[in-house]
Amino acid sequence: MMRFLLKGLMRDRSRSLFPVLIVSLGVMLTVFLHTWIEGTMGDMIRSNANFSTGHVKIMSKAYAENEAQLPNDLALLGVEELLGKLRQRHPEMAWVERIRFGGLLDIPDEQGETRTQGPATGLAVDLLSPRSPEITILNIKESLVRGRLPAKAGEILVGDDFARQLKAAAGDPATLVSSTMHGSMSMQNFTIVGTIRFGISAMDKGALVADVTDIRHALDMRDAAGELLGYFRDDIYHNAAATRLVREFNGKHHNPDDPYGPVMIALRDQNGLGDYLNMGRYYAVIATTVFVIAMSIVLWNVGLIGGLRRYGEVGLRLAIGENKSHVYGSIMIEAFIVGVIGSCIGTAVGLGLAMYLQTHGLDIGAMLKNSSMMMPNVMRAQITGTTYYIGFIPGLFSTVLGAALSGIGVYRRQTAQLFKELET
Amino acid sequence: MMKRLLLATLLLLPVMGQAAYPSGVSVLQKIDENMVSETRITTARMVIHDRRDTRTVAFKSWSQGDQNAFTEYLSPPREQGTKMLKLADRLWMYSPNTDRTIQISGHMLRQSVMGSDLSYEDMMENPRLTDLYDAEVTGIETIDGRVCWLVHLTSRESDVAYQSRRLWVDQERYVPVREELYAKSGKLLKRIDLKDFKQIDERWFPIRMRFKDILKAGAGTEFIIESIAFNVPVPEHLLSKAALRR
Repeated sequence: MMRFLLKGLMRDRSRSLFPVLIVSLGVMLTVFLHTWIEGTMGDMIRSNANFSTGHVKIMSKAYAENEAQLPNDLALLGVEELLGKLRQRHPEMAWVERIRFGGLLDIPDEQGETRTQGPATGLAVDLLSPRSPEITILNIKESLVRGRLPAKAGEILVGDDFARQLKAAAGDPATLVSSTMHGSMSMQNFTIVGTIRFGISAMDKGALVADVTDIRHALDMRDAAGELLGYFRDDIYHNAAATRLVREFNGKHHNPDDPYGPVMIALRDQNGLGDYLNMGRYYAVIATTVFVIAMSIVLWNVGLIGGLRRYGEVGLRLAIGENKSHVYGSIMIEAFIVGVIGSCIGTAVGLGLAMYLQTHGLDIGAMLKNSSMMMPNVMRAQITGTTYYIGFIPGLFSTVLGAALSGIGVYRRQTAQLFKELET
Repeated sequence: MMKRLLLATLLLLPVMGQAAYPSGVSVLQKIDENMVSETRITTARMVIHDRRDTRTVAFKSWSQGDQNAFTEYLSPPREQGTKMLKLADRLWMYSPNTDRTIQISGHMLRQSVMGSDLSYEDMMENPRLTDLYDAEVTGIETIDGRVCWLVHLTSRESDVAYQSRRLWVDQERYVPVREELYAKSGKLLKRIDLKDFKQIDERWFPIRMRFKDILKAGAGTEFIIESIAFNVPVPEHLLSKAALRR
């Protein structure tokens, strides 16, 4: 039976070619869209987690309320003790401390007078401890464009474009003019040892990366830090575990009378990421549904046209005694075969496209030039396990549904009329 | 007859009220005589009450007119040796920690000094109000038991730090006991309460002031003058960039 149907499909191109093309196209688009959404959402979440939100973030309540202003005067105090406790109680996570700050980076000439200066957006992380995970989390080694990584106190990295704008190079001295935790003006000398490019416009604009101990000294933040970030060891955000941890931590540290007490926030609840995640999921569902409906309608029509073309064949099969259900079943099996073939072709082409975009990406840096969103400049698709079967859902469903709708006509044929029809 | 007299009195009442107020310019001139000097050497401390703690910053300042000034911070240890020099509209800051002199310009002049409620402009300027503002006396109010003229100042220029001011001026001593400083939009930016007036030479001068930056959290900054000398020679070498690294 199966052989018979396959032969029919192979020999009668009009029965298979167009439906297979339609299904392949739809499946290809579904597969590609899925990998694109996975890739862009994944990149955005990863960038946000690595550079800004962590998988969970701890700040003082007052700091959290004004976070966008980088209010280091409201920073967390007693950080050493808190970090110690977190590392002891939650060894399943890597805990790091960060200070984000703004200021002016001033490059002196030979006489020590200002040669150039520009506004810097600083990030202070643990660069010098041998066991610090920050170099990996921030991908600093791979982001290095010129020079080397800081090896001792007083050494900093600056954004490559920022360095060019300041006409500064590795080895040049620089003075950071900023504001201490208490609001006093602060000046601190550093040596630029390298330039970096993270590939994220929001991070690369005036980027300055320094060791947290240096910045703590410069900004008079003794035992203080703006943010403590926690990362799951497998580098994957686990929403349920993060939510549980947040509930436990905030329950333990809840004190409505202390505006500077610590508060923990999960990644999903920061920077509107929860909304982005939901949006990504909705887009995927909407796109798949639209493809299923559109393809079903097209394939229904293809089936109807095929039905008209095969009107005589079906009539003859019924006239020689083939059961209506059997004819209907054979149409369904044919549709299933078309669906499988179309889905395989569509998935293969979609995977090819996705693989290209996963490797090479699409540079949207020009569009993000002035953006403050934590998004990588090069957007990439991401192939996951789901990618291999996601296309089969609309591919098979739409062909079977289309055939099921068009095939109903078989049951409307009147046996008594068949011979009469065949005579004409 | 009685009716006519009453009507005339009623008509003349506002004019009589106005006549009872001195002119704004004359009040400003008298304020300037008290507050402005050719030169001034001040040793003072600022007690800064910010959101989380209170800090004290001490400094000594030499000023020449409303254009040039030199300030050296004496304490706390972290700020000790930090110097600021203002020459006309340019301001430099020297940090001994970095041995660098950085010019502060533009909007940074309106930034807080050492986290206080004073800006660099507030700290380094000693403006002659008559040069910058038109004034009008608009009423009489009593503050801390002192009867004051309420004077409304409007800037004649557009690039001044505060476009308008309200001053409560002691009617007897002609010194402001309270000032409110407003932005061009009419938004209140700062309130200053001036207290503990002392007669120094021929002038009355406040020894204690409380600055409150309305846009800043915290309980304000107390500015306490330890010593002040008017119209004494200011060493010329202090009013040069070379003095910063000395």
